[in-house]
Amino acid sequence: MPIFNLSSFSKRLKDKEWGIRCVAYNNQSNRLAVSRTDGTVEIYNLSANYFQEKFFPGHESRATEALCWAEGQRLFSAGLNGEILEYDLQALNIKYALDAFGGPIWSMAASPSGSQLVVGCEDGSVKLFEVTPEKIQFARNFDRQKSRILSLSWHPAGTHIAAGSIDYISVFDVKSGSIIRKMVLDRQHLGVTKSRCIVWGVAFLSDGTVISVDSVGKVQLWDSATGTLVKSHLIANADVQSIAVADQEDSFVVGTAEGTVFHFQLVSVTSSSSEKQWVRTKPFQHHTHDVRTVAHSPTALISGGTDTHLVIRPLMEKVEVKNYDAALRKITFPHRRLISCSKRRQLLLFQFAHHLELWRLGSTLATGKNGDTLPLSKNADHLLHLKTKGPENIICSCVSQCGSWIAYSTASRFFLYRLKYEHDNISLQRVSKMPAFLQSAVHILFSEDSRKLFVASNQGSLHILHLLEGSFKHLHTFQPQSGTVEAMCLLAVSPDGNWLAASGTSAGVHVYDLNHLKLHCTVPAYNFPVTALAIAPNTNNLVIAHSDQQVFEFSIPDKQYTDWSRAVQKQGFHQLWLQRDTPITHISFHPKRPMHILLHDAYMFCIIDKALPLPNDKTVLYNPLPPKNESDVFLRRTAHAFKISKIYKPLLFMDLLDERTLVAVERPLDDIIAQLPPPIKKKKFGT
Amino acid sequence: MAALEEEFTLSTGVLSAGPEGFLGVEQSDKADQFLVTDSGRTVVLYKVSDQKPLGSWSVKQGQTITCPAVCNFQTGEYIVVHDQKVLRIWNNEDVNLDKVFKATLSAEVHRIHSVQKTEPLVLFQRGAVRGLEALLAEPQQNIEAVIPDEEVIKWSEFFMVFKQPVLIFITEKHGNYFAYVQLCKSHSLSKYTLLLGKEEKSVKPNFTARVDGKFISLVSLSSDGCIYETLIPIYSSDTEKNHRLIRALMLKAVVSGAARNGTALTILDQDHVAVLGPPLPASKECLSIWNVKFQTLQTSKELPQGTSGQLWYHGEILFMLHGKCLTVIPYKCEVSSLAGALGKLKHTQESDPHSMPHFVDWETCSGYDLGSYSADQSRTLRRKKIETNLQPEVPGSKQLLSIIKNDSEKHIEVELRKFLAKSTPDFHTKIGDVVAGLLGRCKAEPSFYPRNCLMQLIQTRVLSYSLCPGLMEIALEHTDVQMLQLCLQQFPDIPESTTCACLKLFLSIGDDCLRDININMESVFDYSDTIQDEKKEMKEQTEIVQNGFSPEDNSCSKDDQQLNKKPGDAAKETTSFPVTSCPVTPKRAALINAVLHSAYSEAFLLPHLKDIPAKHITLFLQYLYFLYLKCSGNATMTLPGISPPTLSQIMDWICLLLDANFTVVLMIPDAKRLLLNLYKFVKSQISVYSELNKIEVSFRELQKLNQDKSNRGLYSIEVLELF
Repeated sequence: MPIFNLSSFSKRLKDKEWGIRCVAYNNQSNRLAVSRTDGTVEIYNLSANYFQEKFFPGHESRATEALCWAEGQRLFSAGLNGEILEYDLQALNIKYALDAFGGPIWSMAASPSGSQLVVGCEDGSVKLFEVTPEKIQFARNFDRQKSRILSLSWHPAGTHIAAGSIDYISVFDVKSGSIIRKMVLDRQHLGVTKSRCIVWGVAFLSDGTVISVDSVGKVQLWDSATGTLVKSHLIANADVQSIAVADQEDSFVVGTAEGTVFHFQLVSVTSSSSEKQWVRTKPFQHHTHDVRTVAHSPTALISGGTDTHLVIRPLMEKVEVKNYDAALRKITFPHRRLISCSKRRQLLLFQFAHHLELWRLGSTLATGKNGDTLPLSKNADHLLHLKTKGPENIICSCVSQCGSWIAYSTASRFFLYRLKYEHDNISLQRVSKMPAFLQSAVHILFSEDSRKLFVASNQGSLHILHLLEGSFKHLHTFQPQSGTVEAMCLLAVSPDGNWLAASGTSAGVHVYDLNHLKLHCTVPAYNFPVTALAIAPNTNNLVIAHSDQQVFEFSIPDKQYTDWSRAVQKQGFHQLWLQRDTPITHISFHPKRPMHILLHDAYMFCIIDKALPLPNDKTVLYNPLPPKNESDVFLRRTAHAFKISKIYKPLLFMDLLDERTLVAVERPLDDIIAQLPPPIKKKKFGT
Repeated sequence: MAALEEEFTLSTGVLSAGPEGFLGVEQSDKADQFLVTDSGRTVVLYKVSDQKPLGSWSVKQGQTITCPAVCNFQTGEYIVVHDQKVLRIWNNEDVNLDKVFKATLSAEVHRIHSVQKTEPLVLFQRGAVRGLEALLAEPQQNIEAVIPDEEVIKWSEFFMVFKQPVLIFITEKHGNYFAYVQLCKSHSLSKYTLLLGKEEKSVKPNFTARVDGKFISLVSLSSDGCIYETLIPIYSSDTEKNHRLIRALMLKAVVSGAARNGTALTILDQDHVAVLGPPLPASKECLSIWNVKFQTLQTSKELPQGTSGQLWYHGEILFMLHGKCLTVIPYKCEVSSLAGALGKLKHTQESDPHSMPHFVDWETCSGYDLGSYSADQSRTLRRKKIETNLQPEVPGSKQLLSIIKNDSEKHIEVELRKFLAKSTPDFHTKIGDVVAGLLGRCKAEPSFYPRNCLMQLIQTRVLSYSLCPGLMEIALEHTDVQMLQLCLQQFPDIPESTTCACLKLFLSIGDDCLRDININMESVFDYSDTIQDEKKEMKEQTEIVQNGFSPEDNSCSKDDQQLNKKPGDAAKETTSFPVTSCPVTPKRAALINAVLHSAYSEAFLLPHLKDIPAKHITLFLQYLYFLYLKCSGNATMTLPGISPPTLSQIMDWICLLLDANFTVVLMIPDAKRLLLNLYKFVKSQISVYSELNKIEVSFRELQKLNQDKSNRGLYSIEVLELF
């Protein structure tokens, strides 16, 4: 019965807004691109259990206003700095940035064929770009409008474009670039005339209907051939900010500033007639704040907004099998680790967008029984606040086990610091003259003895540096497999320093022999991306967690899966285990108990005891603490390998500091909400 | 509920609105098309739904249109008068007004009036009236002067009353107003003096009128901001000239008294008037719809850019000049909102906890032809088809309908049973046809009442009131309480009037009638067995009440004592009102319970409840009170039995009955004690709830204290025993 002293850290992250600005769904690869208000772009793989498999760090001057996929799977973004960016989804960096010369860009849309892009600018210009295999090429300006172009939509045939501006919608002919129709909106809202009516979104349907959503709270359908208003739905007292139409054009979704998402469907007027009309069918209220963006995948409505949640709401009638995919998903936390820990000095390093914080954990002399909160003899100390230079966000960071090294990387620079501890003071010294190849890292890891630094660069190579007192030496670089440039996202090193495991976003896990500096073996490929990696002490078993909630144990010396892993695969995981909707982000081991694996996701942590029998679907997976008075027989019968605790949630990080101490970092949702701007007040039942 | 729909504007590019606004907006012979005449030279024909003009005509420079263009509904031509004497008649094909038919008249025209189904009338400035045909036959005919010299026509209106054209016009002379009513066919003219308030003299009042039976209701908006109504008889009985008419206040202070101009009003329908003008001295102009009957403001719309003080109402559309634009506001007066009509939902207690959540699939709902059917469903459909093919001898609905028309009741029953045995895809509609056929025959032949067939059909559970509106009426006629009970249980959409009619029947029907009828009794538990328990419960009940409130501060205890002082009275009351036993027979109780279960909307039920005789009201109240006592007797606040009335249903009905008949109940001596008891109960309930509130607050405080303990703060060290 291990009893842990648990250092629980409720982190009040004074971070910048992390709200979602836009989403773009790619039907071909079933991936979703999400951009945040700080410019971060994340790629979610909807096929792989909604795992956030890639991300591009944000940039202070880059406020992304629009995202779109073109030419199949090329991702473009445009923002208020007036630039169009293309992302390299393999190397995880920005391929190029191109100034559109039209002031801030508010909107962007790719043509149905994907070969052209249009952007709408602050100065009222609509610019057409041709997508070439390597870059994009400016083609033409359309007729300049009076005010900024806030939304754009292509006709599915690619012949016309609808552009939403302030107070009116214009329809352009793509061939001539001239405006052929102008539709003026009514600024009235429930009898009150607003100073202006902003068209937040437009959608062009193949029958020539243009759907607009505006700041007055209306969803309006226009006939673009005659320029007349066909139908108007007043759905909100506040702005309707986003719209997305299904590919079949039989349903669309809009999001409002009140946090409501409305589903509209094309429904026959009567059961027999072929005449159809748009009907507001379902309202969803999954957000507390503005829904800034929506997307419509073939089977789900996707919405995101200021309240930082990405909500994926499956359409029940489209879901064929009633499995876990039919459940609502709410993604709030990043699917990667932002916290690292120095076990020896009991330090925690927190990574924020633009700074790092180093904290020393407190201590206690008291003891107690289960559930007690012990009096602190020393509180946690904020040791260091390290601000980055430049506008770029931090990609990754790490503190060494001895606590005397800190490394972090932004998109263009790599920083390494040496920390010295003198009683209560610490001194920080930057290690200068980083080599040219160390520009940007996707993952950084220190070896257990803090003498080696492993850096996964975004070019797919792995660098090994030997750390000396205040300087370093480049030992070796593992070049990527020939032909691939895929970046390695996760690293794990064995405690004895002999093995290094690295995994990319899609390819399998590679294990390198650090003594001989060569590739040792590759773990058999698996369909789903890796979410966490760790190598157990002594046995050198590599534990791999995948986004479909499978956990594998691979013996590095034997180059094969362990017997336990095979047994697990044979029996299968418990159904409830597979139905968790956040990935495992960290795995650790107990130094004295080789049979234990500790792992956690955002809502639970689990100790897997390999010695106990595996649970089957009939047993209760989550059985907190059995009552003391039960007989041994009962305990033995109900005990199984998965010991799950849900005390701390949302859980950002949990690790074992020593044999008897666990550290957990919680991020209470209330704190996040408290930092957001207040939502639009809604009247409830006469209060 | 009267409502203004979303407004839109018509572009007034070619029209020039003078300081007085437009001359007029008139209906054309096609729906949705209106003639707008400006104060200068132009007439425009608009198609309102498209917001665009269809045609525009102007008179020559130097000429001025003096009377708004109207449409001759008989010929479809348009008529306008310019320079007061020149009549122009044209139609849609004409381009230039100069080249169209022209007639110069001998006298000055005030207005041309045109309504549907009759020829237009020309009203001359001196009060003479001519039909257009007669006038065109001889344009230069002599026009007599009808009104005295100094009188000036201020306003005129034209009605058709029982196919008789009636023209009313108001004249003014030195601040005195006169009304003339001209019956065009009999050529009789009556003159009335309108008695207006003293303050009217300086300002021109606004008029609008409506025919109300044998009177013209002349509604005027006077300068003190109030609306007055004057009733003018259409057919004046005596020929004595110069009647005086008194006006009656209709609505008080609808517009600010200070508003000198920019006010207008028009009657929308029997109960609603639209008023244009600033509601307060300082506020902007508003278009408001007032309900005259209830004296309430229904809706209003601010018009910040100001208006010309003109308002036209044609065919459910209001027109006004808002700023520089001609604004069009469609007006709708619906009987009630959907939510109001639906009212309280039927209370279903037996909700299946295992039922799957039901998602509405709009696509599969919308038809079979969408191809979204899964293979499974199409297979079952196919199987059904095969089944129907296998049973060709079963009569189709058409055959059945012909049988219903002619055959005997027995034969119909047999055929119907066969028909019900199979199920067809459009079962719903076919059942509806069958019921309609049966009811049609019932109406035609009073002796024909196929009770068993109808019962069978109701039990299919696919019928609703709207599918067979006549069914319950016929059952009511035949006092078939069993069928009514079944209908009440099965139909989700019974109108309140029918529910109430059922209730009346159930309360009034004699016990001896009920004795032989077989009634579903599942909603009634056996009252006779529980009387002993009841008495015990009653005792407990009073004890509980004692906990809820102290009798010392009970204001009605005095009345109680007074009542008790009169032993004779009290004895009578206890005998006439035995609370502890059920006041109605179990069969009647079962019928009433069916009514209690039915869905209703309070607003629509209340007026019908007033029609129930006082005797039955008391009986019903006694029964409800009895149910309430039974209900509150146990801890779960429910009655025993299968689908008994719920507490909230009982309470709602008690409230409804008292609301509808309070004065009546107050007058009945039998009900006095009942009311007192109810009052006591309500009072005790209030005090119980206030105590509960106090407890709730203390619990919340305790919870807060507990939370403080569990709140971990920024950093803490805890002991955790995992396993």
